[in-house]
Amino acid sequence: MAGPRRDQVLAWLEEVKDPEVPALSIRELGVLRDVETDGDAVTVVLTPTYSGCPAMRMMEDDVARTLARYGVPNVRVKTVYAPAWTTDWMSDEAKAKLEAYGIAPPGRIEGDDLVPLRRRAAVRCPYCQSADTTLRSEFGSTACKAILFCNGCQQPFELFKAI
Amino acid sequence: MTASDAIPGGGNGDRGTGNAGGLDGWVPGAAPSTATSGVVENPLVEYLLRLGDDRLVLGHRLSEWCGHGPILEEDIALANIALDLVGQAALLLKLAGEVEGKGRSEDTLAYFRDAIEFRNVQLVELPNGDFAATIVRQFLFDAWDVLVLEKLTGASNEALAGIAAKALKEAKYHLRHSAEWVRMLGDGTPESHERAQRALDELWPYTHELFSMDDVDAQAAANGIGVDVGALEPLWRLTVDRVLGDATLSVPGDGFAPRGGRVGRHTEHLGRMLADMQSLARAHPGATW
Repeated sequence: MAGPRRDQVLAWLEEVKDPEVPALSIRELGVLRDVETDGDAVTVVLTPTYSGCPAMRMMEDDVARTLARYGVPNVRVKTVYAPAWTTDWMSDEAKAKLEAYGIAPPGRIEGDDLVPLRRRAAVRCPYCQSADTTLRSEFGSTACKAILFCNGCQQPFELFKAI
Repeated sequence: MTASDAIPGGGNGDRGTGNAGGLDGWVPGAAPSTATSGVVENPLVEYLLRLGDDRLVLGHRLSEWCGHGPILEEDIALANIALDLVGQAALLLKLAGEVEGKGRSEDTLAYFRDAIEFRNVQLVELPNGDFAATIVRQFLFDAWDVLVLEKLTGASNEALAGIAAKALKEAKYHLRHSAEWVRMLGDGTPESHERAQRALDELWPYTHELFSMDDVDAQAAANGIGVDVGALEPLWRLTVDRVLGDATLSVPGDGFAPRGGRVGRHTEHLGRMLADMQSLARAHPGATW
């Protein structure tokens, strides 16, 4: 039997979301790096966001499950570490989706010196757009997020950290 | 006394002839004379275990803070950093197992080795102490870790270079976090200053091991896989002196440099930590959930 086309597989994989940030597909997140097809065998290349990200296993399982639903039984997930994942791979469209979901999108990656996040450029509140926000914690509910507080609308919110 | 005197089964000299497992740039047969517990025969495996075990042990220590942090934000921060370190350890130990070629997975290496087979520096196995001690230890390690990983991104072994590039991004924000806390504690209240200085006095002797080189390190560095950590000490001191200066903390004088972790000689604390860390896996071998 002829295998699925690469663009078809990519379209199906749009249904696989980040379990922690379901507003984004794994392609929009930058975790999906490539799809290789060889006959009916499909290899999906992923890269982890963070070394210890517990959502990675779930994303791998979701890839296999989703493709199985479309009749692709022979799926291999290959994990690569280089080049290392960066939030720069997120498109403007993806960043807009994040903000609409209530998570401030990652800004530009700043110099890697020891300047703490709280002394860096102001983050805009995803709810009221105020720039009068304060960093509460550089670490949040997941490795990729920080916790901030908006002094404008008195709401805590999360920031997807630039890395 | 050389390391081989202290290690049962070590120093038989018949190491390094093993399969080089697809690694680039490694010279097979150029066996280092340093003793090991006899479990590891391949110097690259030995080197990867050192890198992996530092992270596994420190990550586990940090995870002990989960639910006990002084404030919620720090509880979350330490758990996040622990997760990164354990994740990095899993990648490095997986690679070690693959290069070794004896079917040992990252889980086998983490849960079914005893203290004498662990290759981490003693600094990371010390008990957490108070928050100041945990933070000072983390800072001393992070400042070193960033430098080591920067070098390893150029390693001739592609898999190791990839893992290092990934881990480096994480190490940089670990350092940002721990350095900021060292400043706040050192330049904080009299009590926080005193506790931070006491932690620094107690931990400083253990930093020397971070920069000690044996034959395994030297050969790894010569083959473009490892790092000449000895050469990194002045760079490490630049970061450390800058942050300690901001923190109004002073480097203690010391004439004490405990070492031996790299060849399996550990403090009494590692065995107890492993008993806790490994108990579930050993009670239920092969369990999945």
